[in-house]
Amino acid sequence: MNAHLQPSGSAYFITKPTAKPERHTLSVLVDNEPGILARIAGLFSARGFNIDSLTVSETEHEKGLSRITVVTVARPKILAQIKLQLERLVPVHKVHDLTEEGEPLERELALVKVAGTGENRVEALRIADAFRAQVVDASTSSFVFEITGKPNKIEQFINLMMPLGLVEVVRTGLVAISRGAAPM
Amino acid sequence: MAEQMSGAEMVIRALKDQNVEYIFGYPGGAVLPIYDVLFQQEDIKHILVRHEQGATHMAEGYARSSGKVGVVLVTSGPGATNAVTGLTDALLDSIPLVCISGQVPTPLIGTDAFQECDTVGITRNCTKHNYLVKKIEDLPRILHEAFYIASSGRPGPVVVDIPKDVQFAIGEYMKPANLSDHQSYKPHLDGDLGAIEESVNLMLKAKKPIFYTGGGIINSGPEASKNLRELAKLTGFPVTSTLMGLGAFPASNSQWLGMLGMHGTYEANMAMHECDLMICLGARFDDRITGRLDRFSPNSTKIHVDIDPSSIGKTVHIDLPIIGDCNRVISEMIRIWREKTDKSRISEIADWFKQIEKWREVKSLRFENSDKIIKPQYAIQRLAEATKDKDTYITTEVGQHQMWAAQYFPFEKPNHFMTSGGLGTMGYGLPAAIGVQIAHPDALVIDIAGEASVQMTCQEFSTAVQFRLPVKIFILNNEYMGMVRQWQQLLHGSRYSQSYSESLPDFVQLAQAMGGKGIRCENPNELDDAIKEMLAYDGPVLFDCRVSREENCLPMIPSGKAHNEMILPETKNIENVIDEKGRTLV
Repeated sequence: MNAHLQPSGSAYFITKPTAKPERHTLSVLVDNEPGILARIAGLFSARGFNIDSLTVSETEHEKGLSRITVVTVARPKILAQIKLQLERLVPVHKVHDLTEEGEPLERELALVKVAGTGENRVEALRIADAFRAQVVDASTSSFVFEITGKPNKIEQFINLMMPLGLVEVVRTGLVAISRGAAPM
Repeated sequence: MAEQMSGAEMVIRALKDQNVEYIFGYPGGAVLPIYDVLFQQEDIKHILVRHEQGATHMAEGYARSSGKVGVVLVTSGPGATNAVTGLTDALLDSIPLVCISGQVPTPLIGTDAFQECDTVGITRNCTKHNYLVKKIEDLPRILHEAFYIASSGRPGPVVVDIPKDVQFAIGEYMKPANLSDHQSYKPHLDGDLGAIEESVNLMLKAKKPIFYTGGGIINSGPEASKNLRELAKLTGFPVTSTLMGLGAFPASNSQWLGMLGMHGTYEANMAMHECDLMICLGARFDDRITGRLDRFSPNSTKIHVDIDPSSIGKTVHIDLPIIGDCNRVISEMIRIWREKTDKSRISEIADWFKQIEKWREVKSLRFENSDKIIKPQYAIQRLAEATKDKDTYITTEVGQHQMWAAQYFPFEKPNHFMTSGGLGTMGYGLPAAIGVQIAHPDALVIDIAGEASVQMTCQEFSTAVQFRLPVKIFILNNEYMGMVRQWQQLLHGSRYSQSYSESLPDFVQLAQAMGGKGIRCENPNELDDAIKEMLAYDGPVLFDCRVSREENCLPMIPSGKAHNEMILPETKNIENVIDEKGRTLV
């Protein structure tokens, strides 16, 4: 049998894939033109690829370039396909697999609304201080915290706030950049 | 100083500057300014279709048979949505098209205006690239870029959606510029020399090699077919091809194994299964080719040459990938081979050919002929015989007749076989034949059709009459959607759900009603004369060839099976061949 054949995406793949799915952060440099986000998102949905998180913003205004950070979970063969398919899009300049290239710096921002009074309120403030979260809005019965960090730090913060009166969370999704002097 | 003109004038000027001679289209409210400019010039000829899908297939036939870009012009809304099938077809078969669509004026976009649709949204996933032109300043650049993107790299369809106010706006026209320094789009043309040399080393060692070629050879231009023949001669290796690659290598050559895949020959599929070196040139390991993947060619080293990196390793593991244009890579292979040796490997692989000869003796394409009823395979053989001295272009619809055409019509030249391979679009063949005839006015163009497929676009027969295009529509009429019926026999206990045509038109009268000629033939003894009559007629013909009704298209790799598990003409109880797992596949 062809053990080296790792089925990836058609009905004709009858064997079970053996490699485990991995989480990778991709950085995609694109022309900032109308429809580019739809193009990227459409590619993922059309080909059945996963999107865990996706952020996009213009980064080089003069050149009209945007940076899209996509976090995806896929088996290695599919991951290779995702990169190649992204590169095939006309407005895509570069695709970098930051995870593959080394431990990238990854950050996320969250705004967390907590409502409550008394001991809970004090405890929330204390935890926020430990996590270096900023109070960006306050009323007599609520706080909005701004917290930045790795996704698992934010996850942890949210979990701690849950019993203290968490009412709402909004997260930006992940942005990432490679370490060292070299640009993408 | 740059010339000032309206957007509509720019469209026509850009087409002229791109050496476009013919466009296929249908007017409507949102493209009237362009049609008005078209009216006032004579360089670009417009073929008025009956339905926009017809326009796209005509443009595909035109493009595939001539190597030029096919151009389509449609209006907004339904004009654009009707073109979607043809655009998708062109995407899957890598056919260069530029489709210009009208759009409602920019202030109306998003208001659900009359005949508005989100054309770029709808066509985003069925084009290589698309544009909505919001400013007149962008129009000339986008028009030229559309042609560059459609025709370079792996070719494909490009849509340029132009709102009506942009067509009226005045701006500066730019001539086509050199686009090879495009910022983000850079097709990879030259293969890595080290990898090519490595491929030649593998070829020099192989004992059971095979060339598996595809549509990429055709797209790479006639030079690529010439070089493929040269490489085959130099090496002495056997050659098989996908449906899309037929004609790149001559069927009359002794190294030719016939088409491979689901309805390929026994020898081609067995050779793919048993080979020790597979050299894939411009094909993409499609599921119709590979059959069951975990048993696909288990003992071979695989070389894959493709211009599209995403095609390599998508479904099958490749040992030696070479990204590049087929012609360039094959030329390098030839050069390096010659540097290393002046001999072919014919004597070293003699055992391999002996084995192939044994597979050939199975005669997987044999069929039982009849003198009472026309067998579809026989009809194609007679058609091939009657046309062998002519420059004949064949198009097909989709289904059994398509596979029979691929199996029984011997193709000798590239760009002479136009078919819908990837998308499998019924209704492709008739309009495609019209496009081919436009590109080759003096050639013989035949659409080998089925009676079900042809009804999807047969209104375009009237287009053929209008433009005096003598296309021959050779319908193998078995009153069934033959391939659907065959699969129902194989998979669903011969319950022929909705695959029988209870009511067919009288094709002879249909042809006459549209101003062409109709011929009917039911008797194998009259077939040759009837074909002669068809070929002698200087105008479009619908030929209603009544064939045996429940003929199966064989040989066949049933779904879920491997290359060495083919159903052959003598296989008994074919209803029981496919297992539960196979039934769920397509």
